Amino acid sequence: MSSLAGTRALVRLALRRDRVIVPVFLGVVVLMVASGASATIALYPDAASRSQAVELINSAASTLAMYGPIHDASSIGALSIFKLGIMGVLAVAVFAARIVVRHTRAEEETGRLELLGAAVVGRRAPLTAAVIVAAGASVVAGLLSAAGLIGTGLPGPGSVLFGAGMAAVGILGAAFGAVAAQVTMSARGAAGLATAAIAIAYLIRGVADASTDGALAWLSWGSPLGWWQQIRPYAGDRAWPLALIVGLAVVLLAGAYALATRRDFAGSLLADRAGRARGAWWLGSPLGLVWRLQRGSFAIWVGTFAVVGVLFGSLSGSVGDFLDNPGARELFEKLGGVGRLTDVFLSVEMAFVGIAAAVFGLQSALRARSEETSLRAEPTLATATTRVRWLGAYIAAALVGTVVLLLVVGVTAGLTSAGAVDTPHQFWRVVAAALIQAPAVFVAIGIGVAGFGVAGRLSVAGWAALAAFVILGEFGRLLGLPQWLIDLSPFTHTPRLPGVALSWTPVAWLAGIAVVLLGVGLARFRSRDVG
Amino acid sequence: MDAAIRIENLTKTFGRTRALDGLDLEVAVGEVHGLLGPNGAGKSTTIRVLLGLQRADSGVARLLGGDPWRDVESLHRRLAYVPGEVMLWPNLSGGEVIDLLGRLRGGLDPKRRADLLDRFDLDPTKKSRAYSKGNRQKVALVAALSSDVELLLLDEPTAGLDPLMDAVFRESIHDFRDRGRTILLASHILSEVEALADRVSIIRDGKTVDVGSLQEMRHLARVSISADIPGGADAIAKTKGVRDFRAQGGRVEFGVDPADLSGALAALAKAGATSLTSHPPTLEEIFLRHYSDQAAGGRPKAAVAP
Repeated sequence: MSSLAGTRALVRLALRRDRVIVPVFLGVVVLMVASGASATIALYPDAASRSQAVELINSAASTLAMYGPIHDASSIGALSIFKLGIMGVLAVAVFAARIVVRHTRAEEETGRLELLGAAVVGRRAPLTAAVIVAAGASVVAGLLSAAGLIGTGLPGPGSVLFGAGMAAVGILGAAFGAVAAQVTMSARGAAGLATAAIAIAYLIRGVADASTDGALAWLSWGSPLGWWQQIRPYAGDRAWPLALIVGLAVVLLAGAYALATRRDFAGSLLADRAGRARGAWWLGSPLGLVWRLQRGSFAIWVGTFAVVGVLFGSLSGSVGDFLDNPGARELFEKLGGVGRLTDVFLSVEMAFVGIAAAVFGLQSALRARSEETSLRAEPTLATATTRVRWLGAYIAAALVGTVVLLLVVGVTAGLTSAGAVDTPHQFWRVVAAALIQAPAVFVAIGIGVAGFGVAGRLSVAGWAALAAFVILGEFGRLLGLPQWLIDLSPFTHTPRLPGVALSWTPVAWLAGIAVVLLGVGLARFRSRDVG
Repeated sequence: MDAAIRIENLTKTFGRTRALDGLDLEVAVGEVHGLLGPNGAGKSTTIRVLLGLQRADSGVARLLGGDPWRDVESLHRRLAYVPGEVMLWPNLSGGEVIDLLGRLRGGLDPKRRADLLDRFDLDPTKKSRAYSKGNRQKVALVAALSSDVELLLLDEPTAGLDPLMDAVFRESIHDFRDRGRTILLASHILSEVEALADRVSIIRDGKTVDVGSLQEMRHLARVSISADIPGGADAIAKTKGVRDFRAQGGRVEFGVDPADLSGALAALAKAGATSLTSHPPTLEEIFLRHYSDQAAGGRPKAAVAP
């Protein structure tokens, strides 16, 4: 039997399972990139306004850290993809990694792959099929993006290179996913590992781009996303970085295959150690179980948030308060902040942290859903555990965990920022700016919990809402969406500390809405069928 | 004394599928009651209603004198449940799962826990993801049996156990029953129910079609007879109460209703039978009798999703 036998059938199976998510994802990414570009073109009609905008972007640490520099002040193309370009590429990379994990390790973990493995399926077939699907989706995303950019009237070569860059980074994401799927036992762990690798690549180039006077610019070469930036679509149009990215993907894939063919079915590089013969004293309540299940991933979240906090805090010192003219103010308002540039930087970064905390919170609360679908909720609820206590434990973990994460970021960023900036009470201002994100995050968690309570399959409402909030908040103005639509996002109403006075009204509203949503979720969950 | 479980005319539909269609079930305190039916007959749905995980559309369900939907906390302290498909948390060890489930139920007996681990030959330090299906089932069984509860709800609990462990399981069930406790055993494994159950309810398409002790059911079912006769068999075939008559060479085989047994024996004697074997109906035969019309024109039934 060939080691690739059955690949074609597995590809078809994967496409059948992903027939909704892949087209929806491709559509959203392509629409965002193309409409972002056309909105930018409309926003900066003449060369003078463009070069002023580029000068501003290239001098503000906050935009450099998040999106990187623009290499040609006269190029409308470079300006129009600077924000949505890197976000789109990141999204494709994470998506591709998760697709690969979903069709390899996740299938293995549930035992479904064993069912297929007994049929005529070669040893390398599952991984090959998953990589084909993920890489294929990335290439389609690149092609459609290039077509969309050309459609907005941007030059052909730059558009094609941008699309090629997106496809290349997507393939790299698939390769990260392929390696991660061999290294860990659980699909959740593999997806987390691959996402973390991509996030680290993003952070490394962020530090390099935002460092004062380019002191750490060389760091950018340590990140494949730094290579991606070197493609410079519309601002030099270089193709050679594509070879670097694809080359790394090929090396990683070769490593993944080597691991896949050497290990046992359901085995992994990181083997399981023996566990405890008795449960710890605290493992006897729903909350104890939730802690036992989530403490590992929570530790990783805390570590990540601490690193991010230190990074943001120390960068806040290099922002400076120059360029404080009306033009600058207008641009920063478009980017989502007002006030002194240091404060703007911190409020923009904290809004970003708030989204990340919401990802944690939803993931944590909606573990309840995966417990239900995996039939593990049933034996637990067959004990003297009421549904309210059971779901309440997941909610409590999500809320408390979110606050702890925000506190971690607030304290680490506060300490480093207080050392870099001589504003009075800077530490407390930064801590407050972090914690103020909590109510909007709670609303996002509340939507997920309410969906879960009404019917298990509606849990996805939480993720859909969060995705919509990100699009509205981050890109709503850029895309020219009406204000009432943008105002639907709870994150829009979070006070933009530390630069503005704290207004309690929106905070109270957000908290109240979150309480209602969580209450609805709990009440509805009590009266529905489980399983 | 009140019955441990009393279900009357229970119905439950999932979309267009009717999982329970007027089911009746009564389980007395202190008995092992077999709930017998093929896949999709409604066994798991019945148990889920009894656990308060799903709400019946209509009908009565009483459990240990309480309402399974309302009195979740107080009732669940007094019962333990072993699902047919045991899914565990992959990164928890078997020992951790046993302690967790036991404590959530209100505590477990450490001595019985140790004894059961020993009898089932289960390593509690292994992570759950490394357990086979049978070992996951053992974890759930040890967790259920080490708690001091009045009622055990078992949903096809031995599907993954090897014959050796099957014997240990039966022994443990007998021990449990000997302490005066009640067991509801849902299964499609007839030999298991035959060996363990005091009384049996046979369900089909969400309805109870037969209930009673095996003995009572046997009285109602046909006795199988085979005999060697030298002469003609026509007289036997025409005897009252004889069914499914087959004759080949000098051998006849048929079933006969218990009430007409003496007439059939007389006909056999008259025909000069040289050998005779008769055996009472097995549970399998009783079961198949209730299901035989399904193949011949009975309404086809899709498997019921949980």
